[in-house]
Amino acid sequence: MSLTNEIIQQRLIEKFGDQVSNMEAPYGMLTFRVPSDMNLKVMQFLYDDPQLKFQFLTDLQAVHYPQNLGAELAVVYHLHNLTDNIRIRFKIFVPISKPDVFSATALYQSANFMERETFDFYGVNFLGHPNLIRILNVDEMDYFPMRKEFPLEDQSRIDKDDDMFGR
Amino acid sequence: MINMSRPVQYNNTVKFEGIPEGYMGEGFMATNFEKVVGLARKNSIWPLPFATSCCGIEFMATMASHYDLARFGSERVGFSPRQCDLLMVMGTIAKKMGPIVKQVYLQMAEPRWVMAVGACASSGGIFDTYSVLQGIDQVVPVDVYVPGCPPRPEAILDGFMKIQELVHNEGMRRRQSDRYKDLLGSYGIQ
Repeated sequence: MSLTNEIIQQRLIEKFGDQVSNMEAPYGMLTFRVPSDMNLKVMQFLYDDPQLKFQFLTDLQAVHYPQNLGAELAVVYHLHNLTDNIRIRFKIFVPISKPDVFSATALYQSANFMERETFDFYGVNFLGHPNLIRILNVDEMDYFPMRKEFPLEDQSRIDKDDDMFGR
Repeated sequence: MINMSRPVQYNNTVKFEGIPEGYMGEGFMATNFEKVVGLARKNSIWPLPFATSCCGIEFMATMASHYDLARFGSERVGFSPRQCDLLMVMGTIAKKMGPIVKQVYLQMAEPRWVMAVGACASSGGIFDTYSVLQGIDQVVPVDVYVPGCPPRPEAILDGFMKIQELVHNEGMRRRQSDRYKDLLGSYGIQ
């Protein structure tokens, strides 16, 4: 019997009860939300469970929702069960004033670079990360460019006229 | 007589450099040293291609037989900054790449020239964004800008001929002048 979304959903609710919320399956991919301090517990369970076996972290990134007061930053984890070829996704939300998230590097080595990237662009502070420094942008950069309050255009220029360049 | 179906052609419009002004006699010529040096430098520029994107592809066409950069005395495209005279920056330079462009420039020996090929190297081009350097003139002084996105090989050759003009007419003491030192100083060099 192969693994289905219903089984995963059932196992999660058995284990974590109503801590796991907002269950849905857009385009057939099971998606849910967990409290921000539970991310490691949920991942450890999904990793260790002999039936679930989500042992591959495909992707990890953040989203900024400025209107979502008190929970502006979402960190999204994409997990893959390579045995049954099934993918799930879960999100945690943290306030932008204190964007502390437990690092998944102890569980998934692939989280190392992805957490650095997420820190680089959104300023999510991954607690327990071995080397949380910028990875893609210049080291001198003093802001997090993918946060919505920063315009996409380079602000260091004075010779580009807004009328001419459509800013 | 051999019957040729396809007549052999050769270039019979070879252009020769003009002889500089001077005093000439039997077996000797006396002229301005500056002019001789300018003439020699102008026709033996070794370019260093610093190609990061599509403008680099145009440069490859410029180097190849059809457009043939070698006609201008630049047969030898060097890939070591220490041997080259002309830094040709072709393509988008990300902010993280900026210090590398500058280091390559510093490794070149004087006299050195810089050509910014294409919109990105000249001004950041369409990449008006937080990660892209808005023109390489923020890190190194530039002699000639070639517009285009990407510029055609003809445009690159035109820019190259502008560089040749600069090389030809450059005064011997320009690199020792205070003005030149101030220019380098404004980029934090020396």
